[in-house]
Amino acid sequence: MDDSDELLDRAFMALADPARRSIIAQLSRGPATVNELAAPFNITKQAISRHIQVLEQAELVTRSRDAQRRPVHLNPARLEALTAWIDQYRLARESQFRALDDLLESQARGGLTPKDQS
Amino acid sequence: MSNPLKLSVPENVPFIDFEREFDFPVEAVFEAHRSPEAIAQWLGPRGMTATVDHYDFRTGGRYRYVHTGPDGVSYGFSGVFHTVRENEFAIQTFEFDGYPDVVSLEFLRFEDLGGGRCKLVGHAVYPTQEARDGMAQSGMEGGMTESYERLEELLGTHR
Repeated sequence: MDDSDELLDRAFMALADPARRSIIAQLSRGPATVNELAAPFNITKQAISRHIQVLEQAELVTRSRDAQRRPVHLNPARLEALTAWIDQYRLARESQFRALDDLLESQARGGLTPKDQS
Repeated sequence: MSNPLKLSVPENVPFIDFEREFDFPVEAVFEAHRSPEAIAQWLGPRGMTATVDHYDFRTGGRYRYVHTGPDGVSYGFSGVFHTVRENEFAIQTFEFDGYPDVVSLEFLRFEDLGGGRCKLVGHAVYPTQEARDGMAQSGMEGGMTESYERLEELLGTHR
């Protein structure tokens, strides 16, 4: 797996969480501080900071050194890169195979084989 | 924690290769590929309704299924199963309604890893380079996952 693959994985992992998607959505309206980002959530500032760290590691957001405010910015180039067709393909495949995992899991739990088996 | 999908899209050849391990026996994974009911449950992207018209997973069999999104738009896929060997191997053709006559050939190997685990190894061959890039993209319009739709929304708002 090369570096770009790893970065992609990190980005998908980061975006798999609804709170982090919501943070991205907020940032799409402009840069914001951790306090501002925490406002709509019923969770601690520390938890928000961790979410931002995950987004930062995936290079989906950046933080400027702007004194103590340190606002969080969206990294549009990174988000654009995710729309490449191969990433759509990967996303679709990933979700397909995860659905297959879920199905196999529920079958294993119920000890059932599909009904149509004759 | 799910097993990672290893996807390879080589340059200058119209192939797509992937590998994906499963913490389930090869028989179970093969059966999930064979049973039309199971196929309807996992083949479609989440958020879309999958309708399996027919799905005869054996040598010489045919298949056709349709994914319908929440917006009512449908995406049909069809093909024939050239070779199917139980718990082992399959070759099928694949055609997306949106790209008639652009048919790809898909090779799928079911590998028993022992210990109740297995691996799927897929190799798809497209008629042209453009078809590989273009068809995957169009096909994915129907195959977009919920997360991708959200991503699109986000990109839409910041553009």
